[in-house]
Amino acid sequence: MSNTRQFCTFYLDRLLFGVESQKIQEVAGYRELRPVPLAPPAVSGLMNLRGQVVVALELRKQLELSERPSTMTPVCLVVRGSGGEVCLLADEVGNVVEVDDDTFEPSPETLSPRLRSVILGVHKLEDQLMHVLDTDRACEVGAAGEGANET
Amino acid sequence: MSDADDIVKEFLVESYENLDRLDHDLIELEKHPSDREVLASVFRTIHTIKGTSGFLAFSQLEAVAHVGENLLARLRDGQLLLNPAITTALLTMVDAVRQMLGHIEKQGNEGEDDHTKLIASLTQLLQPGNEEKPAEPSGKRATKKTVNPTTQEKASPPAAEEGAAPPAVKAKAAAAGGTQVPAAEKSAEVRAEDASPHAGEPKPGTAAGPSASDSTIRVDVSLLDQLMNLVGELVLARNQILQFTNSTEESGLVATSQRLNLITSELQEGVMKTRMQPIGNIWGKFPRTVRDVALSCGKQVRIEMSGKETELDKTLIEAIKDPLTHLVRNAVDHGIEAPAARKAVGKDPEGRLFLHAYHEGGQVNIEISDDGAGLNQEKIRNKAIQKGLITADQTARMTEREIVNLIFLPGFSTAEKVTNVSGRGVGLDVVKTHIEKIGGTVDVQSKMGQGVMVRMKIPLTLAIIPALIVSNGGERYAIPQVSLQELVRLDGEQAHTGIEMIHGTPVYRLRGRLLPLVYLGRALGVEARPAASGNAPVRESVNVVVLEVEGRQFGLVVDEVNDTEEIVVKPLSKQLKTISIYAGATIMGDGKVALILDVPGLAHGARVLVQGREQTQPPAPAAAAGESGQTQKLVLFTGLADSRMAVPLSMLARLENIPGVQVERSGNQWVTQYRGQILPLIRVSHALEERRKLLPESDAQPLPSSGALQVLVLEHERQSFGLVVNQILDIVESSLEPKSPPTRTGVLFSCVIGDKVTELLDVPAILRGGETGKLAEAAEAGS
Repeated sequence: MSNTRQFCTFYLDRLLFGVESQKIQEVAGYRELRPVPLAPPAVSGLMNLRGQVVVALELRKQLELSERPSTMTPVCLVVRGSGGEVCLLADEVGNVVEVDDDTFEPSPETLSPRLRSVILGVHKLEDQLMHVLDTDRACEVGAAGEGANET
Repeated sequence: MSDADDIVKEFLVESYENLDRLDHDLIELEKHPSDREVLASVFRTIHTIKGTSGFLAFSQLEAVAHVGENLLARLRDGQLLLNPAITTALLTMVDAVRQMLGHIEKQGNEGEDDHTKLIASLTQLLQPGNEEKPAEPSGKRATKKTVNPTTQEKASPPAAEEGAAPPAVKAKAAAAGGTQVPAAEKSAEVRAEDASPHAGEPKPGTAAGPSASDSTIRVDVSLLDQLMNLVGELVLARNQILQFTNSTEESGLVATSQRLNLITSELQEGVMKTRMQPIGNIWGKFPRTVRDVALSCGKQVRIEMSGKETELDKTLIEAIKDPLTHLVRNAVDHGIEAPAARKAVGKDPEGRLFLHAYHEGGQVNIEISDDGAGLNQEKIRNKAIQKGLITADQTARMTEREIVNLIFLPGFSTAEKVTNVSGRGVGLDVVKTHIEKIGGTVDVQSKMGQGVMVRMKIPLTLAIIPALIVSNGGERYAIPQVSLQELVRLDGEQAHTGIEMIHGTPVYRLRGRLLPLVYLGRALGVEARPAASGNAPVRESVNVVVLEVEGRQFGLVVDEVNDTEEIVVKPLSKQLKTISIYAGATIMGDGKVALILDVPGLAHGARVLVQGREQTQPPAPAAAAGESGQTQKLVLFTGLADSRMAVPLSMLARLENIPGVQVERSGNQWVTQYRGQILPLIRVSHALEERRKLLPESDAQPLPSSGALQVLVLEHERQSFGLVVNQILDIVESSLEPKSPPTRTGVLFSCVIGDKVTELLDVPAILRGGETGKLAEAAEAGS
């Protein structure tokens, strides 16, 4: 029972993350985002991806990591979720790795419940741990902050 | 096998179309029982169905159609006169046919339903005494007819069904000469035409138009949808290229891109047209609906329609079908009173339901009006309070129009008894949600004792909409033009003093009425609230976009108003769906993304619809007029010497401020370059002969070199021209009642609008006169 899977890896705040490669539609360079007032904090904005309007989500916010330094330009991982294409913003793209199912371990209980729903578990690579991301969950955001309406 | 399937499919499609027409025709017939043309058309339809079903061996279907045909033949030949019993029987037959067609579509057979009763009742209506007569004058085909009625009347119904099939097939083979039998529908058609000359009937069925089917093809709607999407993308790419070529000197590229621009526009128009359908397609069913509903609740209702040919995008047609049907049923069930009650108040016992559709300002307006009892405001008010939808306090401050619009609130129904037609308390709010979902609006106006009018405004198409582009905080937003009323710009001193505060809520006096203001930046939460002092923020100038939603106006303050543009609507992803302030997103010419504002969402978010209610005056009193047709939307303006004039809003394309330096002279005519074309300008003061005589000096004024001209860009018979006016005043809805005959050419009549005498201009006459020719001569002679 030792299957191997292909993962696309990327970095967030020096941590290594992986997404099953068939879930990734493309990796696009960063382009100007149209901010969306009143949107949930994880929504960085909307971008024009070859004529389609795609929402860009900040993975650092989704994963409760520190904010990306302004000097760093993010990359866009375009994933096809249940609700259409979504662009996930990461720091840097890594290699495509093949991992054995045997090296997988689910997330420890001590991880916060919110993170445990997004991070399925880790693969123990030789030199570091690769966090496996559930893309569908990563594309979900909380309720919009509509309370900001004022007249 | 698939060939046979194809034939069956074709048969189904055609039959459905025919049946829809049949419903309509039968109702028409009931009104004019002796209209032979309609009768012939009905006969032909049933005849075709019978013939084809016989060929395809659907014997039940054939048997039902056959008795129907017999009955119709009698009617057509004038041996029987149509009465309600026959109409009902025929309609029941149509329903049975439709039901069987449904079975054929789903299961491939005619279903298990027993139609013997129906056949028997239809046969009974044939009246045995008349049976022999048709046989004599009508030759070959009539012989076939007489065979069947006799067998049916004498034999038991199942036997009749069996017996019905072979003769039809035989007759067809005989008439079509055997060779044409494989082409099912065609042979049926041929048979009808072929047989009638032999029969020597006065009105043969030769009017059936095969020409229409020769020049049209059926296309899958999904293919059209796909084309529409592609054209949408093409429009975007075109916009981007145009923006790019604006900054280049390369003449070849500029010329090519202009050509691309032209072709794209035409292509877009063409593709949109393929998806357009006349609204009559859904109205066609209403006479039947009205008849059925009226019959079931014992009322007499006449339905009238105008503007059937008004076209709408197919998806929109489908989207408004149910809401419209609902409103029509409602009007018959609740709106129109019973005949006795109508008589008691001196009305015609037969109620009138009027459907009216027309284009206005890039939208389609659909009005459904009845001449019933009208909405009972007291009842609505009490009901709303009783159901806890609104407080008594709130209703006290509401206008008449606002109260009647409460009927669109969820869970509202004043019907005292629940009928099987309407009154379950679900409905009108659903109607409203459906209409709003497609970017439309719905509004109700009522006059006690005189009737109710529901007016819907529907965009022409969903995918590409005209929108106003505004900027705020450096970002662009698109506002759909459906909600746009007007633009107001406050400059200089006005920017500081024009906006007043009511306990911290900014308002602006728009022609004497207080307009609640919403600052877009603050509504979006990107701009802080002003200091607690309650002063409006100090700006150089203030741009107010006046919007209307649910019959209420409010002003949206934005940093900048850019332009109007056709935008392609892209839905927002689910992450942003919950933000009610946006309707979608679009990609602008420069490739950047802009957000489309949802005006109702914005108004609700800013609490204009709840809070603002206390501060706004009712809309122009004329707007509450209940009868359609007599009120019209008008643009009010002043000519020289401040005399008030008006033109219908439907003629207006745009309002423009044209700088004087842009006015040129062509011959005797003022012109200006406008959107790549030459727009003739007609000064309203000159167009009216009298004025011209009074002010001969104005001729000496060459061209205005400074200042700006207020211009109404009008369209008449596809011709655009600019009417230069002194000042644009307002847009009002008013009844047009001529109070005095015209005093000069170019004026239709004078009427009173908003307590002031206003002249309604005769635009075609002005256009004919222009500023040249006769008028100029007359002026010279006069001076």
